[in-house]
Amino acid sequence: MKALRRALSFLRHLLLYGLFAVYLSPFFLVLINSFKSRREILSNPFGLPPAWSLQNFTTAFQRMGFVPAFMNSLVITVCSVIGIAVFSAMTAYLFVRTDWRFNKLMFFAMVASMLIPFQAIMIPLVRIYGGLNLLNNRWILIYMYLGFGSSFAVFLYHGFIKSIPKELEEAAMIDGCSRLQVFFLVVFPLLKSTTLSLIILNVLWIWNDFLLPSLVLISANNRTLPLTTFYFHGTYTSDYGLLMAALMLTILPVIIFYTGLQKHIIRGVMEGAIKA
Amino acid sequence: MQAAEKRFVEKLKTYLLFAGPTTLVFITVIILPFLFGIYLTFTNWDGISKAYTFVSFSNYKTVFQDAAFWTSFLRTVKYVFYTVILVNSLGFALAYALTGNRVWGQNLLRTGFFVPNLIGGIILGLVWRFIFSNVLVYLGRTFNIGFLSYSWLANPHKALWTLVIVSVWQYSGYMMIIFIAGLSNIPRELLEAATIDGATGFQRLRTIVLPLMVPAFIVTVFLTIQRGFMVYDVNLALTDGGPFKTTQLISMHVYEKAFLAQQYGVGQSQAFFLFLLVAAISLTQVYFTKKLEVEV
Repeated sequence: MKALRRALSFLRHLLLYGLFAVYLSPFFLVLINSFKSRREILSNPFGLPPAWSLQNFTTAFQRMGFVPAFMNSLVITVCSVIGIAVFSAMTAYLFVRTDWRFNKLMFFAMVASMLIPFQAIMIPLVRIYGGLNLLNNRWILIYMYLGFGSSFAVFLYHGFIKSIPKELEEAAMIDGCSRLQVFFLVVFPLLKSTTLSLIILNVLWIWNDFLLPSLVLISANNRTLPLTTFYFHGTYTSDYGLLMAALMLTILPVIIFYTGLQKHIIRGVMEGAIKA
Repeated sequence: MQAAEKRFVEKLKTYLLFAGPTTLVFITVIILPFLFGIYLTFTNWDGISKAYTFVSFSNYKTVFQDAAFWTSFLRTVKYVFYTVILVNSLGFALAYALTGNRVWGQNLLRTGFFVPNLIGGIILGLVWRFIFSNVLVYLGRTFNIGFLSYSWLANPHKALWTLVIVSVWQYSGYMMIIFIAGLSNIPRELLEAATIDGATGFQRLRTIVLPLMVPAFIVTVFLTIQRGFMVYDVNLALTDGGPFKTTQLISMHVYEKAFLAQQYGVGQSQAFFLFLLVAAISLTQVYFTKKLEVEV
């Protein structure tokens, strides 16, 4: 009996680790091939590189314009994510603490709008903002992310703020705080864990997003990292070593972000998925 | 009268201070384009000319007669069908194997299975493009494995399966996380009591675990369906709709109709169809969730 159980446990581990290797093998293959030349890759994609030369990385880094693309992605992600969190928390706070009819209407409209897929909006969006000559601008993209991200964020905060007792705020009001001060000094700090989950979900979405920036950012110097990598791939389709290095350069920042915040990321994804 | 007016101004000030920016972006980015989109479906705008005319329902009629649209729609249904089944069964199996029983390196395994979800569809598509067109072909030719010795991306009968494979790889770890959350909510005593009563592992799974996991399955199944109908990035980066448009899914079809063929009215009508579909799917999910809450 004991031997059987041990054998079963061994089998389960074998299966799980086998699958684990399969899941990660694409990344591993990109990694080892990013150090090889095109000829070495074609002759055997499984072989380890004869020398761990960084040549591909430096070339890809320069030719794709990694630094400007990275900075574009960073500015766009950070500004959008902070904007969504602050404005949505304020909005949700107002919606929970006042029962004006217009607030109810807005909240309902925002929740209902979560049913609209991006594809149903993209064509008129390009038409309207293109007609106003507002495309090809990073700040407009951030503005749009605020629009696309706020419904879910207000919904998420709304659910949490409902559970905060009013007494705390009333005490602060008596001490002479204005409503805005109450929000930033008392309420917003209490929302820390919701804010963290929200930030993580939005970072993963905006950092990796492709379709919206591909429609909004037209000129090459405005492009985000996924766009840059995609167009780089279009230019160097068969220069495999360079491509692998470019992919590695794009994947690396995300993996670093993940290793640092792993626990929070898993929790954030769980909360987001269950509430959405 | 004056008091009421003053109170209204006070209210308005508070509203604008707290909800002004959100209201502005929500209306200008979501509501106006959405309504304008509905209007566009009744016009023959080509994206360039300033003038366009009202064509009533002729765009919708074109959509119904557009064979390529329906082919792409049915293809998407097929893709969604296989993805939903595989993603959810694999995701659940992983979660079940990684909870409860002692597994060495449990966290490492969970982390690893989840990693594909951190990276954007474009990058994943490019990574797998290399795997399908080089690595697997190399394996097939070296070891004489017939079905691998040519690239699946170039084969009209196999290319759709590359999308299914990549999506299963991408999303099963995500669903695993949701299943793990569900599984860890099952009271331990329930399982222990069943074991004492002599239930085998399979019986416990069938009579206790699976019924209690129905709410989690509702979330994961509908999430997979929704994402499946909206997939674009992987489609673009991995197959670009090819070979011979045999892998063009519905989102890509809409994109092409509007931005490449410049038939904005028809494209928007198709996008509107996609909206109705996704909204119906989401509302069905809400219905089931609410129904379950009442029963429990």
